[in-house]
Amino acid sequence: MPIPMEWYLGLGGVIFAVGMFGFLVRRNMFVMLLSIELMLNAVNITMVTFSHYLNDLRGQIFTIFIMTVAAAEAAIGLAIIVTLFRNKATIQADEIKEMNG
Amino acid sequence: MKYAMLIPFLPLAAFLINILFGRFLLKDRAHIVAIAGVFASFVLSVAVFIQVAGGATMNSDLYSWISSGGFRVSVGFLIDPLTAVMLIVVTTVSLLVHIYSIGYMHGDPGYYRFFSYLSLFTFSMLMLVTGNNLLQLYFGWEAVGLCSYFLIGYWYQKQSAADAGKKAFIVNRFGDFGFGLGVILVFLVVGSIQYSDIFASVGSLQGKTFPLFGYEVDLITLIALLLFCGAVGKSAQLPLHVWLPDAMEGPTPVSALIHAATMVTAGVFLVARFNPLFSLSPTAMAVVAITGAATSLFAATIALVQNDIKRIIAYSTCSQLGYMFLACGVGAFGAGIFHLYTHAFFKALLFLGAGSVMHAMAGELDIQKMGGLKKHMPVTYWTFLLASLSIAGIPGLAGFFSKDEILWMAYNGGMIGKIVWVVATIVAGLTAFYSFRIIFLAFHGSFRGTHEQEHHLHESPSVMTVPLAILAVGAVGAGWIGIPQALGGGNWIAHFFEPVLGHPHVHGTHAEEYMVMGISILAAALGIGTASYFYVMSPDMPKRLTERYKQIHTVLWNKYFVDELYDAIIVRPTKWVASTILVGFTDAKIIEGIVNGVPSLIQSFGMKLRKLQTGYLQHYGIVLIFGLFVLISIAFIAGTKTH
Amino acid sequence: MNIPFPDLTPVLPEIILAAVASLVLLVELVAVRKGPIGGIGIAVALFLLYLLPYTHGETFGGTFVSDAYSDWFKIIFLGNLIMTTLASFQYIQRQHQDFGEYYSVLMFATCGAMIMASSRDLITLYVGLELMALSTFILTAMKRHDWWSNEAAIKYFMLGAFSSAILLYGFALLYGLTTSTDIRQIGAHIATTGPNPALLLSLVLIIAGFAFKIGAVPFHMWVPDVYEGAPTSVTLFMSVGPKAAGFAAIGRVFYEGLGALQPDWTTFFIILSILSMAVGNIVALVQKNIKRMLAYSAISHAGYALLGIVAGTTEGLTAMMNYLLIYAFMNIGAFCVVITMDCRNDLDDYNGLAKNHPLLAAVMLIFMFSLTGIPPTAGFIGKFNVFMAAVHAGYTWLVLIAIIFSAISAFFYLHVVMNMYMKPGAVRVRVEGFPTVLAALLIAVLAVCVIGVVPSVALR
Repeated sequence: MPIPMEWYLGLGGVIFAVGMFGFLVRRNMFVMLLSIELMLNAVNITMVTFSHYLNDLRGQIFTIFIMTVAAAEAAIGLAIIVTLFRNKATIQADEIKEMNG
Repeated sequence: MKYAMLIPFLPLAAFLINILFGRFLLKDRAHIVAIAGVFASFVLSVAVFIQVAGGATMNSDLYSWISSGGFRVSVGFLIDPLTAVMLIVVTTVSLLVHIYSIGYMHGDPGYYRFFSYLSLFTFSMLMLVTGNNLLQLYFGWEAVGLCSYFLIGYWYQKQSAADAGKKAFIVNRFGDFGFGLGVILVFLVVGSIQYSDIFASVGSLQGKTFPLFGYEVDLITLIALLLFCGAVGKSAQLPLHVWLPDAMEGPTPVSALIHAATMVTAGVFLVARFNPLFSLSPTAMAVVAITGAATSLFAATIALVQNDIKRIIAYSTCSQLGYMFLACGVGAFGAGIFHLYTHAFFKALLFLGAGSVMHAMAGELDIQKMGGLKKHMPVTYWTFLLASLSIAGIPGLAGFFSKDEILWMAYNGGMIGKIVWVVATIVAGLTAFYSFRIIFLAFHGSFRGTHEQEHHLHESPSVMTVPLAILAVGAVGAGWIGIPQALGGGNWIAHFFEPVLGHPHVHGTHAEEYMVMGISILAAALGIGTASYFYVMSPDMPKRLTERYKQIHTVLWNKYFVDELYDAIIVRPTKWVASTILVGFTDAKIIEGIVNGVPSLIQSFGMKLRKLQTGYLQHYGIVLIFGLFVLISIAFIAGTKTH
Repeated sequence: MNIPFPDLTPVLPEIILAAVASLVLLVELVAVRKGPIGGIGIAVALFLLYLLPYTHGETFGGTFVSDAYSDWFKIIFLGNLIMTTLASFQYIQRQHQDFGEYYSVLMFATCGAMIMASSRDLITLYVGLELMALSTFILTAMKRHDWWSNEAAIKYFMLGAFSSAILLYGFALLYGLTTSTDIRQIGAHIATTGPNPALLLSLVLIIAGFAFKIGAVPFHMWVPDVYEGAPTSVTLFMSVGPKAAGFAAIGRVFYEGLGALQPDWTTFFIILSILSMAVGNIVALVQKNIKRMLAYSAISHAGYALLGIVAGTTEGLTAMMNYLLIYAFMNIGAFCVVITMDCRNDLDDYNGLAKNHPLLAAVMLIFMFSLTGIPPTAGFIGKFNVFMAAVHAGYTWLVLIAIIFSAISAFFYLHVVMNMYMKPGAVRVRVEGFPTVLAALLIAVLAVCVIGVVPSVALR
């Protein structure tokens, strides 16, 4: 029995929500970064699902691009976290609040 | 005639060059650029005048500034006889004042700044007179005002100068408020701000009314009076005249250019420009005539007793501006502009002459401390004398012809005209008196100042006396283009203005005209005679009169207590309200009050909103997601409704 | 098999920019004197752009299009690049961040923005957006030993990545519902099927993603902190580039692709516009730091420009484009003055500036007037155009609100003017007037004045 499209979409939606929730509640910046990756992968699942059921390759092409960009994004994010850590040995998001108002 | 469009922009170019390079590069040579700019404008203006005299006119847009749907504002120029004369007045006086300032402002630390302001002013004034739409007029109007405040407060280190600038600014707000409303009203009812459209449609506005506070007000009268509000402020008419005498704190060349010959006459220009509108409203015309007559009498009486030479001339300016309005009010717009034109020469000359005296007296302004200057400064004396004769209305000089044209028109102007004529004739006598009071006190007799001052007395350098001489030529001969038919002239200027300003129908005979002329000459002679009796033959006479009529003297000396009155009924209550209601915001400074006095509600709201920006990354994310969910819920609420 | 080679002329500007940027990166590694390389690179790129043939048209199977619309934005982006470079030279030297990458990354960011303006496909749009976004993250973090720069960068990065994930989810749904990533095909599909709830959900997600880029409330939280913390030259760059790119993408996606849903997205843009004007102007009022104040001002200007989108007409779109060009000049000008003030960013540092540096103060006065929208500066023309477009589209009430907030904005802009002209300066502020910054200032002030007086020379 083929798995219906809704299941995949539901999975994508749930993972996206988990990622979003993780981003909002976790203070550790690595975990926040992971949450964002989770959201991006949820998008990928959705894209591929549509691509498969529409018999259209563009969704999968999009997914390739998203994965590439996500890698670049992670690299830059980690670099920023490292410089931050060098200046003020912390990776806790709630300790970064010099600027406000 | 497209080159006419260049006229305003040449001084603008001079301004830009001076303001950018004046401080470090041009320094003491700043006048070269400024004079080159205004001289080129002057040459072009003369060319324009010759062409207009040949019957050419121009009304064309340079480009469209903003256009949106049916609404269009363009920068455009209207060149007609009225503009042509104004161009001559503005560029001539401006050029001479520029040249004069080389000597007068020599060595001033802000030399380049002074010349940039002068150029900017000339540009604004030229924009004002050449524009073909109300908005351009309004732009020029506010811009000349701004330059005037800068120049009044030019010596801003001096408290009185800074105060005078501020006063001019505030008093003009009152007039300009009405003017602004007038412009908006015109746009609302006509749907355009182009002169040509407005004048084409004034006929159809006749008889229409406008609801105002429950009354149905005649639309044309309302528009005319609102525009006249602006004119009253700018041209220092009652009751907004108070700023002009104080404006004398500015450098004297500025007084000559802005506060005598050009900017203050913008109000007269406005009324004349809108003559198709004003002539349709007898009420508005009567208001103009009466305001003019009242101001001219009021200011002339104050001028009788003042001792500050510049203030006397300033009140004289008020009074002569009243004359022009009075002419407009009786329908003689052409005569009013004719007087504006001759007045520019002799009044600028008087101011520059006064400047020359101040130059010699190290800034002394009190004519009681002068005397006998005639032998020390002959050029200044003779030119000053010619200007005084001209303003007094001695036959043959410029002032005589224009003043007489006004008196004659007033005489023919029905009931109001007759009253106005009587007032104007009295004013003519008073004018002659106070003008010659200066002559006798300052230039005749013996010197009453300190020894040191006497030692320093000298004629001004030729860079200052040459402009005086040129203006003197104007003060003598400028009126010859308007010699009335009764005296065998062609009254060329009246025919010149006729297509734009019309020409009121005159019933009177030549005999009556000779009578009017005779009376005015008599009044002038009487004024000069009294002055010479008071100040030459029996010098103790004024003192005795002062003691005898102490109350009158006190009232006149204190300028009818108008400043005190305004202080009591407007300034102090306003300050009181400001200081009691806006506690904590007022720093006695107006701008400070406005900027800091933002409704505290907004500010406290801002402080609260600001707290949302906590600095925590997660909070930012939460706000983002919250906003997202609000939008999604709106989408679904709205979506289920519509789809 | 015959593989057709794509027509490269429409995409030439992006190719040149990317190539030169890469080259600068390489040359910088081996060069002895690193200072001028970036500037030379940008000059070379611009020169090549001028030389090589460039045509309008589609390429890469219709995913990339050059037309008058994209040209307009590319002019803004390239202008922004030039102005930023001029403003950066001595500034970044002084800040000890004079790395060759700086200019290279600036070029990449500009390239990304240009791709966004030209893309007619969600994939190209996304790639352009991320190229721009990632480059600006790097630029923000450029001052790596400075805590403020770090904090700004991490906030910008985290929220930026988060919002682009949201945008992508919207794209994914849109793709699934319309069976295409081509914006015109999406439009054609929606025109036949009509709206449905899932489409609305994707619409909101996409709006949120773009609203983040243009800094519209409530997706604006990053703006003040990032503007304040980033090196000023970078703030200057991103106050114009990414914002205009966001608007370019909004115009493309919503006018060309989602035109059929106009009644729906208009509502959202109205909400964003009002909120942006309100929050931007009100909170700017209580700021003490000029960079923060200008950040809130940028938020409010996003609100004004959104009015053009709200109008939903060609007039509105044109007004929005004109507005962004004008905003670019006045905002760049204001930030150039901030750069010249040498890191003294308190509003009180401007006290008495008119006395010590009259020309600088006069220039700042012009920019503040323009940002307020006082005629005859360019800012007035810009506001007038968007307001009229909205009025013509029937949103008079919205324009009245905008005018009220505009009036409020006068208070904080003129506060700067008041500080400069009316308050005595405690100390004589040192001003770093370097020739290239001054050139940028001159260009900006000329543009603001000329556009204000003769709008037809530059605007459409």
